Amino acid sequence: MDGTSWNYSDKVKEHFFHPKNILDIDEKEYNADGVGYVGSPACGDMMKIFIKVKDDRIAEMKWQTFGCASAIGSTSMLSVMVTRDGGMKLDDAWKITPEMIIDELGGLPANKIHCSVLGDKALRLAIKDYLIKTGQEQRIPHDDKSRIICECLNISEDDIRMEILEGVKDFKTLQERTKIGTVCGNCIDTAKTLVDFYVGKYYTDEVYKGKK
Amino acid sequence: MIYLDNSATTPLHPEVKEAIINSLDLYGNPSSAHTSGRQMRAMIEHSRSEIASFLHCDPDEIIFTAGASEANNTVLKSAISCCAFCNDTRGHIITTNIEHPSVLNTLACLEQQNIQISRIKVKDNGIVDPADIEAAIRPDTMMISVMYVNNEIGTIQPVKAIAEIAKKHNIPMHTDAVQAIGKIPIDLQDLPVDFLSMSGHKIYAPKGIGVLYKRRTSKNICPLITGGHQEKSMRAGTENTLGIIALGEAIRQCRIEMDENKARISFLRERLEHGIMKNLDHVSINGDPKQRVYNISNMSFKNIEGESILLRLDMHGIAVSTGSACSTGSLEPSYVITALTKDPAIAHSSIRFSLGRETNETDIDQTVKAVVETVTFLRKMSPIV
Repeated sequence: MDGTSWNYSDKVKEHFFHPKNILDIDEKEYNADGVGYVGSPACGDMMKIFIKVKDDRIAEMKWQTFGCASAIGSTSMLSVMVTRDGGMKLDDAWKITPEMIIDELGGLPANKIHCSVLGDKALRLAIKDYLIKTGQEQRIPHDDKSRIICECLNISEDDIRMEILEGVKDFKTLQERTKIGTVCGNCIDTAKTLVDFYVGKYYTDEVYKGKK
Repeated sequence: MIYLDNSATTPLHPEVKEAIINSLDLYGNPSSAHTSGRQMRAMIEHSRSEIASFLHCDPDEIIFTAGASEANNTVLKSAISCCAFCNDTRGHIITTNIEHPSVLNTLACLEQQNIQISRIKVKDNGIVDPADIEAAIRPDTMMISVMYVNNEIGTIQPVKAIAEIAKKHNIPMHTDAVQAIGKIPIDLQDLPVDFLSMSGHKIYAPKGIGVLYKRRTSKNICPLITGGHQEKSMRAGTENTLGIIALGEAIRQCRIEMDENKARISFLRERLEHGIMKNLDHVSINGDPKQRVYNISNMSFKNIEGESILLRLDMHGIAVSTGSACSTGSLEPSYVITALTKDPAIAHSSIRFSLGRETNETDIDQTVKAVVETVTFLRKMSPIV
């Protein structure tokens, strides 16, 4: 329990103590256009995001979480990011990354980054849900931007990057969680290099300040 | 600030503070033969006697250390270094799965050196069954180490029963009694442990001072720190004289206040738990509600995350601790709470309130109010129903 865990920026604290856009009425009553749900109590983090769409922009984003200060702060921030200035276009909202949220928050302690990665995932699921419900499946972007590292198990570089963001810091743990490289084993060296790269990127400094 | 984290550490007792202030100008080395050295020697021996009489043992059996972690390390690491020296081939240590990290991680280190470790699981109430300990004994078992009181949930282990089993099998027994001192009367004439660790800063003395009790008749220990002849060569290094003086005074105060603290703090904890549970649903107490020390209450607030509760209580000026993963900086919640329940939502939502001699009724009433408000707020935003 190192002291840095509590070094939240003022912006994180503001969003944690006064979270914006919480869904505080019944889900049915709210009647969202799209709903996304990720996480499980086992990981100590769950996130549910509700969106309302108008003119292909996010008119409203409401959310609920079982999460720590960092999860609450980053999701509250996300809800502000996607709804300000008349709402973000769905295509743009789809591309939001944890780094963008952390940037807006003015950084997060490195060991809290894994708590902040659920918001954007849940948002993409909510957008997907909306696109399916409105018969626009063809607009769902394919997650093929990231190259496949483990051919046998179809694990991409982006999957590895997300695992690192969620707290994995060595290849062994990555393998325990994803089973990467357990079939033919050809990808192990590449995967190890990527783990080193992303661990260096996200955890070298005590506080990851985002890409400046 | 309302400080309900007395199991993490305690403020100085005013009398301890005074004893330290009165000793600040005394700098003699207790090993020196001149007057100032002899004066300091007398003061630390006075502390030693104070502690010995509190524990009902001989002053010669008290070794001052830099804390309980050092005491635990000394005892457990002795298990192997002395065995190598004595050419003893036994290589097995029994402990529980909810010991303090200074025991568990030290044993994990010994495991790397081929010592086998049995970590006996506690029951759902956080208490180990002595029969399970006995069943794990092997011909090569060289130590049993079981904590007296768990630091997270406050459960009291059947240390006496386990020590009697250890004695019957002629196995050295160690107990980490950090959280028991000052709360539970300890009589080493009646409790057949060979080693006992304690710490100063949990009983209103400063950080950096602790004690290792070593029964005179028990096997020798290998010092962790070698050097001069201090502490009968069992712990080298010039004594932490101010710490020792402070600890002696803290123990003297424990003796004076023990009964009164017990009555008053038990009542306050009851008030805290009753107040919270009357106003909130889905709150559970972690650990046996009866067989635990009177100052610790570890509660789980289902469906909300511990760190969020902790930080919001902090905003109200209330200091508590949590076993949630987010507070430990890892992905796993507290291993102690996880040992009691399979429900991760409970483990992630645990909060430890640990009361102390300065806690009063107003503190408790304000805490109940803040907890109810915080939990209600956080539950409203929880997707789990």
